[in-house]
Formats: sequence, C-alpha cells, structure tokens
Amino acid sequence: MDFGFSEDQELLRDSARKFLDAECPTTFVRKMMEDDSAHATELWKKAAELGWMGILIPEEHGGIGGSFLDLVVVMEEMGRSLMPGPFLATVLLGSAAVLVGGSDEQKDAVLPKVAAGEWVMTLAQAEKSGRYDAGGIGMPATARGSDFVLSGEKLFVPDAHVADQMVVAARTGSHAAPEDGITLFLVDAKSPGVEITQLKTVDMTRRQCHVAFQDVAVAGSQVLGEVGQGWPILKRVLEQAIAGLCTEMVGTGQQALDMAVEYAKERVQFGKPIGSFQAVKHKCVDMMVQVENARSLTYYAAWTVDENVDEASQAVPMAKAYCSDMCKTVTSEAIQVHGGIGFTWEHDMHLFYRRGLASEAAFGSAPTHREVVAQTLDL
Amino acid sequence: MDFDYSPQEETFRQELRSWLEANPADNYDPDTFEIIDQEERFQIKFEWQKKLHGAGWVGIHWPQEYGGRGATIMEQTIYQQEMARVHAPGLANPLGISLVGPTLMHWGTEEQKERFVPKILSADELWCQGYSEPGSGSDLASLQTRAVDAGDDFVVNGQKVWTSFAHKADYCILVARTDPDAPKHKGLSYLLVDMHSPGVTVRPLVQISGDAEFNEVFFEDVRVPKANLVGERNNGWQVAITTLMFERANFGMVYNLEPMLDRLKACIKDLEVNGQPAADDPDVRQQMAAFHVETQALKFNGYRQLTQQLRGNPPGPEGSISKLAGSELYIRMVHFAMELLGPYSQCALGEDQGIDNGFWARRALGSRLYTIAGGTSEIMRNIVGERVLRLPKG
Repeated sequence: MDFGFSEDQELLRDSARKFLDAECPTTFVRKMMEDDSAHATELWKKAAELGWMGILIPEEHGGIGGSFLDLVVVMEEMGRSLMPGPFLATVLLGSAAVLVGGSDEQKDAVLPKVAAGEWVMTLAQAEKSGRYDAGGIGMPATARGSDFVLSGEKLFVPDAHVADQMVVAARTGSHAAPEDGITLFLVDAKSPGVEITQLKTVDMTRRQCHVAFQDVAVAGSQVLGEVGQGWPILKRVLEQAIAGLCTEMVGTGQQALDMAVEYAKERVQFGKPIGSFQAVKHKCVDMMVQVENARSLTYYAAWTVDENVDEASQAVPMAKAYCSDMCKTVTSEAIQVHGGIGFTWEHDMHLFYRRGLASEAAFGSAPTHREVVAQTLDL
Repeated sequence: MDFDYSPQEETFRQELRSWLEANPADNYDPDTFEIIDQEERFQIKFEWQKKLHGAGWVGIHWPQEYGGRGATIMEQTIYQQEMARVHAPGLANPLGISLVGPTLMHWGTEEQKERFVPKILSADELWCQGYSEPGSGSDLASLQTRAVDAGDDFVVNGQKVWTSFAHKADYCILVARTDPDAPKHKGLSYLLVDMHSPGVTVRPLVQISGDAEFNEVFFEDVRVPKANLVGERNNGWQVAITTLMFERANFGMVYNLEPMLDRLKACIKDLEVNGQPAADDPDVRQQMAAFHVETQALKFNGYRQLTQQLRGNPPGPEGSISKLAGSELYIRMVHFAMELLGPYSQCALGEDQGIDNGFWARRALGSRLYTIAGGTSEIMRNIVGERVLRLPKG
C-alpha cells in the first residue's frame, strides 16, 4: 500500500513548478488571454525540450516513455499556473487517440512530431447538443470507396485554430447502441472544406472552436482502429483526458486557496487580520477540505488510468463530479475572501475562477458524471 | 502508487477473518442491535471484548509488552476493514483502549503502566473521561474542578458532564485544577480516579436518543493518591492534549460511512418518490452518487494519511479533516434518508410499521454526537485553520 508519488515524481513536480513560475507568471497568462491564439510558441518549444509533450509517448516514437502519473504531476503544476495553450488538447486528446487506437504507421507518422513540439493536435467530438457521451456524436462520415467524406459541424473543439492535425469522431453507422458505429479519423486541419472559427469564451487562456466540415475527403488509411469501433478508443482517451483535467483543477483550486489564505493573513480590518475571524477562517478550512477530497479522488482516478484497470470507469467520473464542483466553488469563495479587490479585473483571482468554470464544463459537468457514478452503484 | 497488500498482510487478514468466522459475537444480530435495551447492548459488547481478548484481538496496535500485538499500521487498517466487514459490535472499554492506554504508555510511570494498563484490554477495568464541565466545553482549559494537595493525596471537588460510560466505569481520567492562580492552561493536572471512591456520584443523563450512556459526575472530597498523577503537577494540559489527539485521530469513522451507505442503498429499493421507484428518481440518483463520491474521498484521504505514516512523514492536511468532514457527511446522509422515508421516518425504533426497524430515526436522533463529541466541528475548524493553514488566532 503506497498512495503517494515516487521520489522521482516529486522531483519532477519541483522542476515543473520552478519552470512555470519563471516562464508562466500571471502577467504572461494575461498576455496570452489578449493574444490572437493563446498559443505561445516559445513556451511550447521549451516545454517540448523538457519532454513534456512526450511523457506518454514511448521512446521508439520519440517520447520519453513515462507513466500517466508522471504526466499528472506536471499537469497539477500547469493548473496551478493556469498554463495557457493547447497542451491538454495535443497530449491528452489528439496524440492520446493515436497512441491508444493508431496503427504502427500512424504512430510513426504522428507521435515523433508531437513529442518534438512540432505538431499541435486536438479532438473534435462534441456537437451542438453539448454532450460528451456516445449519443452526442451524430456527424456523419460517408464511405466513398475505401475513403470517407465528412460533413457537418463540431462545437467546443479545444484549440482547433492552432491544430495541425485533429482527430474527428464521426458516425459511420447507425445502431441501437450509440456506442456502435463511431469511427475516429485523423484529419489534417488544413484539409479543403475544414473551416475553423474561434469562439468567444469565458476562459480565453484556452480557446474553443466551431469546426465546420464541408465534404471533407479523408483517406481510409486515416481511420484510427477499425471502422465503427471508435468508441472504446475514445472512452479510454476521455478517461485519460478527464483524469488529467482533474489534476489541473486540483492545482488551480490549491493555488486559489493558497492566495485566499495569504490574503486573510495580511488584510487587516477591525484592527485584526481577517483570517482571525471565524467567518473567514472556517470558510478557508471548508475550501481546504474540498481541495483535499478532490486531490484524493483525482490521484486515485489517475492511478486507475495509469494501471488501465476497470475501476477507471467509476473512479474517473467520481473525480470529475467532485472536482467540477470543487474548482468552481473554491475559486469563487477565494474571490469572496478577497472582497472588493477580488472582484476587479486587475486582481488575478478571476483568472482562476474562469478556468474553474471552463474546466467544469469540459467533458460534462458534475451532474452528468454523478449519473455515470449512479449507474455503477446498482441502485 | 500501489494499492496491493503484501503477502504477510494478506496472511494477517486471513488469520483474522478465519477467527472472526469461527468466533462471532454472542447473542449479537447487527440488524437489531440498535433496537435492544442499552444494558443488553452493553453485555454483548462486554462479552465480545472478553472473547476477542482471549484470542489476543483487542488493542492490537499496543506494544506486545502491554498485551497488544505491536501491529503495523497496515495491520491496524486491515483489522478495521475486517471488523467493518462482519459488522462487529463495539467494545465495552473503547475509551480505555484508544485513549487511556496510549496516553499512559506515553506519560505514565512504570508503576502506573503496570497497575492500570493490563486490565484495560481484558475489560476488567472500564474507563471514562472526565473532561467537560457545565461551564467548560469547547473552552476546556477554563475548567473549575479543583484538586487540592493533602499530603499523600489530592482532594477533588467539582463536577464533570457528558461523561460517556461513567455509570459503567471503574476509573476516570480526570483533568482538575491544581493551581488556581496560574494562567488557565498552566494550572491543571491529570489524575486517575477510582470511580468507586467515597464522594463520587454518577447521575445518568438521558440523551436525545432516549439512551443514557453519558452522565453527570460529582466529586465531593474525593481522595486520589498522588501516585495517580500522570505527568507533572500543573502540566496536565499537555497530557490532556495527548489524549485528545488520540481521540481525534480515530479515523474509524470512515469505516462506518460505507456500511451506512450500503444500508441506505438497500432501503431505497423499497421506496418510491412521486409514485416512481426511488432508484429511478434523478434527484435520488444524484444524491446517492454524491454520497458515494464523498465517502470514497474520505477513504482515499485515509490512504494518503496512511502512506505518510508508513513513509515516516508528518501527517499532511488530509489527516486533519476526517472527523470534521466525516461527521458532517454522516448527518447529511441520515437527513436524506429521513426525507426519502416520508411519514415512515416518524416510526421510532422498534415500531413494526416502520421501514428498516426505525433505524434511520434512531440514527437521525443520534447523528449530532459526532459533530460535538471530541471537539465540535467549529473547534475542529479553528484547529485546522490555525495549525494547518496557519491563520492567526482570534
């Protein structure tokens, strides 16, 4: 029994924190919010040199062959620093889909470029319904000989505007079970007929896009896995992505808590630091309880993903259900602790709150995941 | 990370499990245990402790020289899991085992250890805890019970309250004031008081639940030998705090939440909401999932705490929240059950028309125990806020 990170992982955490403190202070995050793309190529290059894009990628494909738990340690620090840009979209969506479902040729073609920081990737899954389950995938892919034609729209596609390649989930067959008949395609983002439009969103540190496909031709060789068998691949990819996002949320929540506690020690009213008043002190403790609960659920979920065990299908929604509530609540309460200054544009706390709201919505908010948990409870 | 148990740990689990299967508690039925008379309940717990003790299964975390097994932290965890698995009853001397014994091992003289410790595990001497007073609850250090120097003895006068199991106890760990002129934390001493001494009067207090397991205790010129002073005179606060740390570190709470949730799940199968099966109601499903998630979070907090102990590290923040979060979750679960039961929630313990024998009404009435005893949730938040988050004192 050992429910903690290894010494090497703790060293990795320290070095990630030092790197992000230097390269990604909130002044930088704000600059990226105002940026056209929120994708900082300099930072991207440096992160690639540290090997971060290739943590999950085996050495024979140009990565460093690390574990999911190694990645988790780094992502918690990214969440703490609100690192902008397409890291999650590239590493845990686009590249992960190739890693999970791709052929050796596809892996050879894609993974070394991701590991080197040359390619940005994403996954186009959700549509107008805003659902992340199999039933939410309706966009058709029509067979034409051995090739396919994609037509339709995808919505809330993370960082598609800077993607070189995207994995597109489309429907190649209609069956009683929505999980059947889904096919994943590896699509060049510059393909004729692909039109990408950035959305104006709450958290501009990570962009989302509308992607229109107008008769986009995709070669049969670009199918990931088998035709009609995309859902099991996608399910595994989503488990990884959600566990990764949860670790980011733990980092974001912890940082908001730390800032609130620091402020409560310094801010004096009625002649005393406000943190000496129980109304404020107890609020901070309640925030801490939520962060710690979220951390435990998330680390456990990350372990199930790392081990690729069946418990992941319960542990991951458990973590997402709790973290969604935690990150929104804790960042919001941190604003409350700050009072008027926390409500200003100038103060950084709203950046954390925005990220909390964005993370809550990504891949389904708490009630969706609680229902998934309920289905595992044999009620 | 690794959630496996070692072969030795599995052997330990198997040994305990086989013993438990061959030696169940006598006259004990977990489904009706809470319905029966409190005296009967006490007898079952008393016999159960004797039976466990005979086979060396009481106080396994104690060192072998004191009659324990010197169990590892993992063995203690497995012990709690296995006891929860068979829904084993509690023991007759819980305060002795978890509070008094460990405190004496830390602070007691050799004579005190020899005299008092062995009879704790065997239930030959039962213990109670004389802390709270009518005027001193959360502000424990303000207590007024006096212990005056009288040669070989202290003479004790005062009143304690909310003293669990005092009516059964042979001895009491008593915190009394030995120096009224010193600042409040500096003038206290920690005494071991024979509850059969002349001048001790125990008056049971009937609790919300109708049971009378806690008491008022009056001390009128009670003589306590100086040999029964634990730690130094006027340093009793330090000893008292040690005991409190043992009390609050008891994260067995978490092991009660999982069986409770199972019972709630079973109960829901028989209930309807707005004419539909409760299990199909979206609000019920959301709430049940949320309870499951929080229960698991507390369990995993426990595993993180355990890992810190196994690695020899000081406890992290996760270790300080189990009582606070667990006790409040417990109340929310019980209140949810009462809401779902509708008019059946009104059937008291043992009412034949009731669902689940009135178990939930009983639990609701008893639920505030955990947010008050051993430090209220408000005091726990102060402690966590000041010791873990380092927020300034009020």
